[in-house]
Amino acid sequence: MVEFAGWMMPVQYTGVIEEHNAVRKVAGLFDVSHMGEIEVSGRDATDCVQWLTTNNVRKLEDGQAQYSVLCNEHGTVVDDVIVYRFSPTRYIVVANASNAAKDFAWFQSHSKGDVTIRDASGDYALIAFQGPRAAEILQPLTDVDLTAVAHYHFAEGAVEGSPAIIARTGYTGEDGFEIFVGPSDAPKVWQALIEKGKPRGVSPAGLGARDTLRIEMKYSLYGHEITEETNPIEAGLGWVVKLKNPDDFVGKSTLVDIKARGLTRKLVGFRMNDPGIPREGYSILVGENDVGVVTSGTMSPSLSCAVGIGYVALAHAQEGTDISVDIRGRPRKATIVKTPFYPPPHRR
Amino acid sequence: MNAPDDLKYTKEHEWVRYENGIATIGITDHAQSSLGDIVYVEFPEEGETVTKDDTYGVVESVKAVSDCYAPLSGKVVDINTPLTDNPETINEDCYGEGWMLKVELSDESELDDLMDHDEYKQFVAEETA
Repeated sequence: MVEFAGWMMPVQYTGVIEEHNAVRKVAGLFDVSHMGEIEVSGRDATDCVQWLTTNNVRKLEDGQAQYSVLCNEHGTVVDDVIVYRFSPTRYIVVANASNAAKDFAWFQSHSKGDVTIRDASGDYALIAFQGPRAAEILQPLTDVDLTAVAHYHFAEGAVEGSPAIIARTGYTGEDGFEIFVGPSDAPKVWQALIEKGKPRGVSPAGLGARDTLRIEMKYSLYGHEITEETNPIEAGLGWVVKLKNPDDFVGKSTLVDIKARGLTRKLVGFRMNDPGIPREGYSILVGENDVGVVTSGTMSPSLSCAVGIGYVALAHAQEGTDISVDIRGRPRKATIVKTPFYPPPHRR
Repeated sequence: MNAPDDLKYTKEHEWVRYENGIATIGITDHAQSSLGDIVYVEFPEEGETVTKDDTYGVVESVKAVSDCYAPLSGKVVDINTPLTDNPETINEDCYGEGWMLKVELSDESELDDLMDHDEYKQFVAEETA
């Protein structure tokens, strides 16, 4: 168990690699109750969320979710979030645990219009059930027809008789669900999934596997790929930053400038060719020149090779570029590759 | 926690088996279990000199890099090369097939600074309390 953002959490239950493989082959269970939930409600809720996030919530239907960024006036990232639209007058924004208090304060200080901002984190425990067989295993436990819940949509119903929100969202690159239940109902839901799932190869999974799974998908982790020193465009999140949409949002004009001036660096994924594992903070070189820095790295369990993510000066950031990573004083060869490193289900 | 009684130990959770001037070195059961799945190992080259308390390489788990500290000084006479392709052997058999390197000692008196298995077990109990 380790301390993470003020919570005690397991790095692993039985082993990082075993848990990682269980998620890719069957399904894994993650207790992510540490994440924050901010409720924005009221007549101007849509306008307010639109103002505070970079993506476009006006195109969402009720019961749809959207990955987005909270950007500050300097154009840098306050947090990456998922916005859930319940109705035009009610949204829940799920925030990283490490930023839960910061994001709530940010919403409170920047909100506009006739809205109520409420910290709803105490209302929800969150269990992520991720893997190709997650739907099959979860279905008997819920009255929600999971075949009707499309990717990045959610439905309200019951799991094991307890009220729940089931969202088809996740952080692993597999099909799966994030199940919001009341804290006192969570142990029962967890136990039920373990009982139903264990005989089929379901495993509880800790922070270690959570990290290897997301690295394989080149998903950003706040504090590594995205920080208050990075803008979302250089982090490859331009797809959730709607600069051409007529609505204004906090940071929009700065990002428009940044885009016009051109990026100085870009987040890339790379595969090691020499032995060694890239780790956060290691320098990236082209020839003898320092051109960037590693933000995350690991030995990929699904690919059996070392991979990393990092920022590289734009001139050298193309796919196919040969780079080296300084590992303990020795440069080790690597190549910038297309990402995700591991193909998502629809491309397998 | 497993710690064979015919070995010597260090505070960095390394074990030493000493026979005929050669010390075989590895990491203990406590170390491999704390690290979790070991995915990468780096050794010195055969012929290199190692110095007591200096780092001689790394053992890496999925999440973290762990420096390996030389329990004794001397010349590296053998390294367990199969660990490069199968680092998980350290998790499976840390005192046997998971040995890391063999060193020809330059100063046998350094052996006296090592802990015996009772002292090591006590040390681990205190460290994890």
